Amino acid sequence: MSVIKSVIVLVVLLTAVAYTVWLERKVVGHIQNRWGPTRVGPFGLLQPAADGLKFLFKEDLTPPHVYKPLFLAAPMMALIFALTSISVIPFGNSITIFGYSVPLQITDLNIGLLLILGVTSLGVYGVALAGWSSNNKYSLLGGLRASAQMVSYEIALGLSLVGVLIQSGSFSLRVIVDAQGGHFLGIIPRWNIFHGQFIGFFIYLMAAYAETNRIPFDLPEAETELVAGYHTEYSAMKFAMFFMAEYANMITVACLATLLFFGGWHGPLFGPPLLQSLLPLFWFGAKIFCFLFLYIWVRGTLPRFRYDQLMSFGWKFLLPLAIVNLVATAIAVAW
Amino acid sequence: MSFHLILFLAFGAVCVGGAVNLLAQRHPINGALSLIAVMAALAGEYLLLGAEFVAAVQVIVYAGAIMVLFVFVIMLLNAGEEEHTKGSRVAVLLGVPGMLIGSVLVAWVVLRDSGTESVPIGALPGHPTDIAQLLFHDFLLPFEVTSVLILIAIMGAVVLASKPETAAGKAD
Repeated sequence: MSVIKSVIVLVVLLTAVAYTVWLERKVVGHIQNRWGPTRVGPFGLLQPAADGLKFLFKEDLTPPHVYKPLFLAAPMMALIFALTSISVIPFGNSITIFGYSVPLQITDLNIGLLLILGVTSLGVYGVALAGWSSNNKYSLLGGLRASAQMVSYEIALGLSLVGVLIQSGSFSLRVIVDAQGGHFLGIIPRWNIFHGQFIGFFIYLMAAYAETNRIPFDLPEAETELVAGYHTEYSAMKFAMFFMAEYANMITVACLATLLFFGGWHGPLFGPPLLQSLLPLFWFGAKIFCFLFLYIWVRGTLPRFRYDQLMSFGWKFLLPLAIVNLVATAIAVAW
Repeated sequence: MSFHLILFLAFGAVCVGGAVNLLAQRHPINGALSLIAVMAALAGEYLLLGAEFVAAVQVIVYAGAIMVLFVFVIMLLNAGEEEHTKGSRVAVLLGVPGMLIGSVLVAWVVLRDSGTESVPIGALPGHPTDIAQLLFHDFLLPFEVTSVLILIAIMGAVVLASKPETAAGKAD
């Protein structure tokens, strides 16, 4: 049973990754007053398939003087760690198929959130080792920047989540979502963002953008200074692995934001029983779509930070703010 | 032999293999990576023993944070292959037998004092709530004192690493 579920989740995740790339090209195109992909299929919808075929058939270059074992292993590490963290994400309550009750989640660990944090903290190695093993100064600088940036922002990210954990009293993502059911005053949903974690959410959002190396924090691959940063020397499928890892990480961040701050699959339920059982999945997907759209919107709008600005922002502003938020939440809960 | 035991032995083999590889590798980055493999395999062992929280912390703190700093420093200094000196040959001649004797002694002590019956998985406190109870209730004072100790260590490191501005100016 869990094998079937893993395959389904993996297929859905990879399709979502492919179409997030399409969405990004389309939306950024419209922001810049162009059309984005239009040629392959209606609205360019088959563009991801064309991209995939191109990556597969491109010549797979391995430059001379690279440190080969790590050069080959780094993109795999990046992708594997990016795909692993989806395994503890719950997509909805359990549904009943042919008399079996199936929870919509690959596995429910009571340390689910910690597992995601652990796996994402291992994701640094893919980037750092790619930069080091390429034997290229731009790659090395990109790898160094990436590891410093991810280690720094991980602290603020972790502290921003502690407020939610204090309120729900569990590491299990399912328990955290269940605690957010119901409404205040009959209208406002009892989501954590309306339940005292407003600042916590924005700390999480900023730290998560830095963790996923996205604009405005995409210093590790700043093309104006570093060519393409840590993946300068990569081509074909090995490059595509880094690309897929980045987008899979974006989706994980969107899932976590939805689960921890926006009530997961909770939303208004109406209609016949079949619709009622499918609506939670729809709400979950819609919330994730909003976060992915926000990612793209920010990319199309904001310029890139300077490296020293990035570091002082993380350590001197975000981290103290996260600590203040944590202390305030603890006092409020103890009250 | 249950699937559980096979997994436990497999993780154990990765642990020991990684540790031996750490000593055998000449290049520092390979050594660091072997150490990461040891840490990750140890986390797997903790998970199999039912200590989920300890496993997660092992991955986050050791494999995810401390070893990233190791790799970072190796990359930053661009450290090359280690050099062989006369001292290193002496270290091999004395160190390998010494390590063997030491591990036999430790194994003997552990086996002599432990019971022969196996502990059922999950019998030890591994749930986050149990650990929180131990840390913040039963052993609150030692826990807080340890955190103060770590704070002092951090401040010491900062003082040692940063030269005062005036002294640096005079040295120039």
